[in-house]
Amino acid sequence: MRLPPRFVDKAMRAGLRAQAMFTVAILVTIILIIFVKGFPYLTAEFIFSYPEDMGRLGGIFPSIVGTLFLGLLSIVFATPLGIGTAIFLTEYTRESNFTRIIRFGVESLAGIPSIIYGLFGFIFFVIKLKMGWSLLSGTLTVAIMVLPTIIRTSEEAIKAVPKTLRTVSFSLGATKWETVTRVILPSAAPGILTGIMLSIGRAVSETAAVIFTMGSSLRLPTSIMDSGRTMAVHFYILAREGISMEKAYATALVLVFSILIINILAYYIMHRMIARYS
Amino acid sequence: MNRRLVNKDALVRLVLAMFALSSLLFLFIIFVFILSEGLPLFYGVGVRNIALGMKWAPTRGFFGIFPMVISSFMVTFGALVVGAPLALACAAYLSEYAGKKTKIFLKPSLELLAGIPSVVYGFLGVVYIVPFIRDYIGGPGFSILSTSIVLGIMVLPTITSISFDSLMSVPAAFREGSFAMGATKWQTVYKIVLPAARSGILASFILGMGRAIGETMAVIMVAGNALKIPTSLTDPLRTLTSNIALELAYATGDHRRALFSTGVVLLVIIMVLNLLANFWVKRRVGR
Repeated sequence: MRLPPRFVDKAMRAGLRAQAMFTVAILVTIILIIFVKGFPYLTAEFIFSYPEDMGRLGGIFPSIVGTLFLGLLSIVFATPLGIGTAIFLTEYTRESNFTRIIRFGVESLAGIPSIIYGLFGFIFFVIKLKMGWSLLSGTLTVAIMVLPTIIRTSEEAIKAVPKTLRTVSFSLGATKWETVTRVILPSAAPGILTGIMLSIGRAVSETAAVIFTMGSSLRLPTSIMDSGRTMAVHFYILAREGISMEKAYATALVLVFSILIINILAYYIMHRMIARYS
Repeated sequence: MNRRLVNKDALVRLVLAMFALSSLLFLFIIFVFILSEGLPLFYGVGVRNIALGMKWAPTRGFFGIFPMVISSFMVTFGALVVGAPLALACAAYLSEYAGKKTKIFLKPSLELLAGIPSVVYGFLGVVYIVPFIRDYIGGPGFSILSTSIVLGIMVLPTITSISFDSLMSVPAAFREGSFAMGATKWQTVYKIVLPAARSGILASFILGMGRAIGETMAVIMVAGNALKIPTSLTDPLRTLTSNIALELAYATGDHRRALFSTGVVLLVIIMVLNLLANFWVKRRVGR
């Protein structure tokens, strides 16, 4: 029996819509669970005090500091390289075998799982370069990991800058470099900023690559050579070793909401840039 | 004066080219260090005894990771079974049906799903999915099933965004032609748009597989980490990634080298998947 096409059409539209809404419902459920279970334990004291008894009591202040360090320092290393690569790929060369090889490198880096970055950071920075479990080892490892994100978003942002801006700049006698620094980069800045914020989000949520390079010391890191524990690692240890469910949920709340805020800001900035140029 | 400026531009170009080469350099040193730690054991113990070995007791000289290879593929396949239809439905809805307003909140929601840390997925899996399976389906709860569900949700954003891009790249003329012949929207989507985008969709599945097979922390938390080939959907299992992460912190000597060998196998699988995905995407562009 053949169903009438109009009926099938209506049914499929409803079915696809339901599945899309289901996916959104998964996100909303995750956020709600974390919020409802974590909120009762989220106090100012939890955020600003030190953990005691392996994290069973007290707060997560050192982990917040460690997370901030990792997020900010890794983009300090990755951003110049990422923007430089993006400028080279878009403004200083044509598509050729050379750019194809570079793109292959970037795509491969993006596809490597974080545990491989963990293995690499552990053997290279921690052991061979004798940096030990430290903020520096963790930061450098994560910087390499987020580099592809920064390159891609910067490239997209630079490509989105209208051709006419370049033409006008050249016609006024500006050199290529002057055009890049005074015209293209300022126009592409919001898109580049989006990439940087997404990278911070990625660094903050990372566990596998961080735990083997930065270690999991509960003390407040005071130098770049100190070991430290990010919120994600702290949460993992609390949950996996069953140390404290309350503290785990509260940590997850701080972690997930920081990432949500970072990502929402990033998309908002990008959205405004797209609206401006199209 | 003019000449100096031209030279400066050439210098800038050279410096930027060096920056661009840094990604390749990083890729190269990652490979060099993983291989230099991981390959010696393959020579010493033999490729067969590692890749096809059944027993993992690294402190007693057994380095077999075959059960983990199989387990990794099982949960990766499971993740596709759970995630791919849902992701494809989302992509199709977004590109073909959703109005502007729906798009504005649907697309960022999917991207936020990608931003949630894997430890959080693993934790929620342990707290909600594992007990559910233990109570209603059987077994210890830590299983192929729980891992596949968690990974299936985690690969949603990857598959959706790449399939969405490939659906959007199908020329509007294809759709218009189909509507002009009197086809309904669904007939157009099913018979014209999806087939036209199939190589991109396939690439999205493969990249989703890459994401699933490389996932570590969430898998450790919900898979149970048992050292044998699972024979039922409710059996616990240990993947390649969790093997590395569970033991790296305290491993020394040949044990540590064996974990790098595990990494080598994982790296090879990932590179093959990436090349496959690339091949399919290229073919689409070439057509």
